[in-house]
Amino acid sequence: MSPNDEHVRSTPPSWFDWLDDRLGLRAARHLAEKKTVPVHRHSIWYYFGGMTLFLFTIQVSTGILLLLYYRPSADTAFESVEFIMTQVRFGWLVRSIHNWSANLMIAALFIHMFSVFFLRAYRSPREITWLSGAFLLFLSLAFGFSGYLLPWNTLSFFATKVGTEVAGVVPVAGQFMVRFLRGGDEVTGATLTRFYGFHVAILPAITTALLTLHLLMVQQHGMSVPESVKEPVKTMKFLPNFLLRDIIGWLTALAALAALAAIFPWDLGVKADPFAPAPAGIRPEWFFMFMFQTLKLLPAKIGFVEGEVLGVLGFSLGGLVLLLVPLIDSRGSKRIAKILAAAGGLVMIYILAMTVAGYLE
Amino acid sequence: MFVVAALFLIGLQGPPSAPVNTCVSCHLEAGDDLAAPIAKVADDVHGKRGFSCVHCHGGDAGEADMDKAMDPRKGFVGKPAPKQIPVICGKCHSNADTMKRFNPGIRVDQEAEYRTSMHGKRLAQGDVKAATCVSCHGNHGIRAVSDPNAPVFPTHVAETCGRCHSDAAYMKPYGIPTDQAAKYKASVHADALFKMQDLSAPTCNDCHGNHGATPPGTASVANVCGTCHARQSELFGAGPHKSAFDTMGVGECLACHGNHEVFRPTDAFIGTGNKAICIKCHNQGEPGYETAATIRQDLLTLSERIAGADSVLERAARAGMEVSRARFELTEANHDLTNARVLIHSFSAPGVEKATGPALAIADKARQAGENALKEWTFRRKGLAVSLLVIALAIVSVYLKIRQIEAGS
Repeated sequence: MSPNDEHVRSTPPSWFDWLDDRLGLRAARHLAEKKTVPVHRHSIWYYFGGMTLFLFTIQVSTGILLLLYYRPSADTAFESVEFIMTQVRFGWLVRSIHNWSANLMIAALFIHMFSVFFLRAYRSPREITWLSGAFLLFLSLAFGFSGYLLPWNTLSFFATKVGTEVAGVVPVAGQFMVRFLRGGDEVTGATLTRFYGFHVAILPAITTALLTLHLLMVQQHGMSVPESVKEPVKTMKFLPNFLLRDIIGWLTALAALAALAAIFPWDLGVKADPFAPAPAGIRPEWFFMFMFQTLKLLPAKIGFVEGEVLGVLGFSLGGLVLLLVPLIDSRGSKRIAKILAAAGGLVMIYILAMTVAGYLE
Repeated sequence: MFVVAALFLIGLQGPPSAPVNTCVSCHLEAGDDLAAPIAKVADDVHGKRGFSCVHCHGGDAGEADMDKAMDPRKGFVGKPAPKQIPVICGKCHSNADTMKRFNPGIRVDQEAEYRTSMHGKRLAQGDVKAATCVSCHGNHGIRAVSDPNAPVFPTHVAETCGRCHSDAAYMKPYGIPTDQAAKYKASVHADALFKMQDLSAPTCNDCHGNHGATPPGTASVANVCGTCHARQSELFGAGPHKSAFDTMGVGECLACHGNHEVFRPTDAFIGTGNKAICIKCHNQGEPGYETAATIRQDLLTLSERIAGADSVLERAARAGMEVSRARFELTEANHDLTNARVLIHSFSAPGVEKATGPALAIADKARQAGENALKEWTFRRKGLAVSLLVIALAIVSVYLKIRQIEAGS
């Protein structure tokens, strides 16, 4: 808007005009109105990115509320969560939604990642979108791992002990990683404070930066259309058509969260006692179960290498391959695409099978 | 050169072989019963520490000639007579200098204690049926007391004592009952020992002593029980029953609890009901009768309130409500109930109420917490229903809006 436009106006500026003068809202609205989403038989998968983002905002808002009461030390953590669950008005709801939403978010994230993988939406020019998304998946797992310890209950204490021990088998850097994660040789109050720092400051800061990049890239390149969809591709407007459909999904997720929180409020457990023997049936959260189960099933020695070392190195290599998928599939070779799709399918089946096996044991 | 070769050849010779134990070689050759001890010695606690036949039986194990090896002038005693056994064992076990080479903490007064026991006294009187060291510990396959296979390990003691004491024919000359082991096995102590594997639970020797085994008399039975049940014993000693029981010559604890067949006590033991023990002596109208009735009622009221609170908290917990704090606090009431059951031994109703009074308040508070949790649960369900309705309406509205927009375009 030019300065002369001010004189043309006959009526006083509305609040939108006032903001538009300062923020350029019309330009943003124009951009949003111009944005379209392809419509085809695979369009359903587009909604899982938005769903993950919605659940992430719930995580942030409920997390901030929990911060008001949570006290991160071995002496006070459990008691403060107990206080939230029993004394704070709707504290039980906030904590239960935070826990359930975390699980649903990671589930949505896995679905989003696998759908992008199988639809090959990572192809040029969306490599950075894929890379930032893969890092966001790792960060979400780190959120889950660090958040699990915060209530300082028996199960979380021993699961963290086992989980951090796994890092110790990494050749050369293993012991350093264990000490870095634990803030010492053992899981103690220092570990709790450290995990709290990771969970509420370090991880959110990195996530915010990566998420901004990821969303900018989505905006920059638009939604990818699978190769199998023939031209011309039908489209729908992002605003309001796609967004309204997104909102239906979000409302459904909100209803599911409310029901889960009310019917199955997240258990508090028993306060951790570092001197007590480890209870039977320690297991990590479901999204780490496939790794936990694999490490359990591996023999002590495979050739001349320790089974656990090989397992950890295997998972690290898997993570690296995940990051490099756009590079591996960059030449447009149908053979490589088929191999990748088959490998992805096998990995998905493996994850599901190991997770189920872990819970059946 | 020859000297070097000779020295080299000497160096090639193996270590000198162990001297032949002629006791072993001859007994193995003789076979049957005479050979049987040899196999047992391999697991014997003494055998493992380098003791051999001659340390107990005397003689010369290095002598190939049987007569010379078993020459009484070389201390050969052969199969020791019962009377010799405590002396033979005591040669080492009563000698602190010898024993501390193997176990500096071990007692060396077993033989002296044995002499004071009923077994020791009978043996001294010439009763060869009286138990000696080997009757309980075995002879050639002796195991350490801490060995779970030892006949004197806590879980085997009743069986070991019962080998003689449950044998009616063997015990006939003594005119004492032979049902102690069977009764013990039905007792609360045996439950703790055998079912709960609590090795600190008493077995025969914990009340009767082991080396100094003697039946405790009515005057000392409270001291025996009091070694574990110290508080009860102390309360009983300060209470009104002590002097009355002493006058009547009634064994203090066993008057109500029995001796070998000590049942798990229940609240029904006290009071004026059919199963109450108090009414064996106290009649209606007596102060003791009233006290028993009051104590019983106090215990009953507290038990019921705790059970009621526990049931409400259980329902709340099963509904997913967080009531662990209230449940933890309720354990305090349970501790007080246990304390009240101990305080019964003071036979004072106000004394028992010191424990039941605060416990009733705790139980009521826990019940209230449980009821509040259940109310909150109902509130949550209603809240959920309202929320789901609002969300459903919002979904329908958005859906209709989409249809409206897309119908227009």
